[in-house]
Amino acid sequence: MQNELTVSSTRLAIMNDIGQAFLTAFKLIAGWDRDLAEIIGLSLQVSLIALAVAAAIGLPLGAAVALLRFPGRRALAVLLSALMGLPPVVVGLIVYLMLSRAGPLGVLGLLFTPTAMIIAQCLLITPIIAALTRQIVLDLWSDYREQLTSLGCGPARAIPTLLWDARTALVTVILAGFGRATAEVGAVMIVGGNIDHVTRVMTTAIALETSRGDLTLALALGVVLMALSLTINGAAFLCRDWADRGQGRLAS
Amino acid sequence: MFSTSILPCQVKSLSYHVEGRTLIDDLTFDLVAGSRTLVLGPNGAGKSLTLRLLHGLLPPSGGTIDWADPNKPQQHQTPQKRRAPQNHQPPQNHQVSQKHQIPQKYQAMVFQRPVMLRRTAAANLDYALSLTQEGDRAGRRRRRDWVLAQTGLTQLAERPARLLSIGEQQRLALARAWALEPQVLFLDEPTASLDPGATRQVEAIIQAIHASGTKIVMTTHDLGQAHRLADEIIFLHQGHLVERQSCDAFFTNPQSAAAAAFLKGELLW
Repeated sequence: MQNELTVSSTRLAIMNDIGQAFLTAFKLIAGWDRDLAEIIGLSLQVSLIALAVAAAIGLPLGAAVALLRFPGRRALAVLLSALMGLPPVVVGLIVYLMLSRAGPLGVLGLLFTPTAMIIAQCLLITPIIAALTRQIVLDLWSDYREQLTSLGCGPARAIPTLLWDARTALVTVILAGFGRATAEVGAVMIVGGNIDHVTRVMTTAIALETSRGDLTLALALGVVLMALSLTINGAAFLCRDWADRGQGRLAS
Repeated sequence: MFSTSILPCQVKSLSYHVEGRTLIDDLTFDLVAGSRTLVLGPNGAGKSLTLRLLHGLLPPSGGTIDWADPNKPQQHQTPQKRRAPQNHQPPQNHQVSQKHQIPQKYQAMVFQRPVMLRRTAAANLDYALSLTQEGDRAGRRRRRDWVLAQTGLTQLAERPARLLSIGEQQRLALARAWALEPQVLFLDEPTASLDPGATRQVEAIIQAIHASGTKIVMTTHDLGQAHRLADEIIFLHQGHLVERQSCDAFFTNPQSAAAAAFLKGELLW
């Protein structure tokens, strides 16, 4: 009887804590807390640069694997698909080994810098972008192949054409990559080290603050992360909808 | 109109097999400049396949498609051209690869279902022109505007091509082919999914393209259309060339039983 009472009162206390924490979190966000802003800024910076590099590699790579005939093409396609599910901690570990003092790239002194985090996120999302791009371009090519061949456009020349014509679908691919980059914690934790004011991003900060019991900042960051994800995906949805109405649906 | 021509084209023993099934069997005919050739036959006769083989979209399983060398003066026969024996592989491969490289830029094709890029109508023409015509942006733009006007699409130039009606898209496909100034234009049932009004517009454009000096090679299911457009008829049945006649002779006095049955609507396969 007494046990039950204790449990329920503890639960009540935690619920209160959560309510309190949410309140403080919104205050932090509303007041544009400097630490909070810094963490969000670094997160966006790291993930956006990683995304830009991954897209610059992944989009043409995916299209090339779809269109060009070269030895090892099928193996590469399988590899890209397999790498989509790469565990972030493993990527983090590999990048850590490469960049650590004793590693092959140790002389660059990149470990525990934002650059290391960009490299890790890049490795994570390039296969995602490439594999999804390959599938989309392949579908489009089956539609376009005869017409483009008739016009004298070979597979290599078709790469930029198809990337441009699949643009609305590829926006979704880019977003999938961005979502993966901003949401992952394992890789950036290992190679970045979660150093305050240097390599602390939203996910690593949430992990740290939660383990320390400071739920306020963790929740505030969580709310921002969710809001960011919703905003970006909502915008993408609208953008796609608009583009479909403008150019005719991809499936049509 | 052309100083050099890829015509005449000699087709010899052309065949195409897929998984042991013979879809095109031993076609031998020639295509000469000027006339409008219509390929008729029931479904599955191999009409579309023949066009794709001629256009180089598919490699033939056997036989040769010999286009004249466009770099030589017209009507200049090429006696040194190998009369490749059937079982002799290398020259045949040589013919095939040559066909892919040289004549395709003198040809264009319009498909049953128009395939438009996700851009404006004008940008679709720009794209095709940029692939084939070197340099001179202003010249390409003039050409584009000219074909748009010729096909009645000037008003629709800035509209996304995929949002045009199917008839307008097919006119745009014809405009795109015409813009390339092909010596040979292949049309694979270009009016199969169009209403009578759009069909008439498309036929008028085909006639105009022909009048500008382009050889027309076209398939259709519409016998009335064949009668209106054709100079000569090639009649295919089950992958064989059954009959080749001038248009009038074919419709008034078909030589083969299959063609006679087809004209009466009694040939079912």
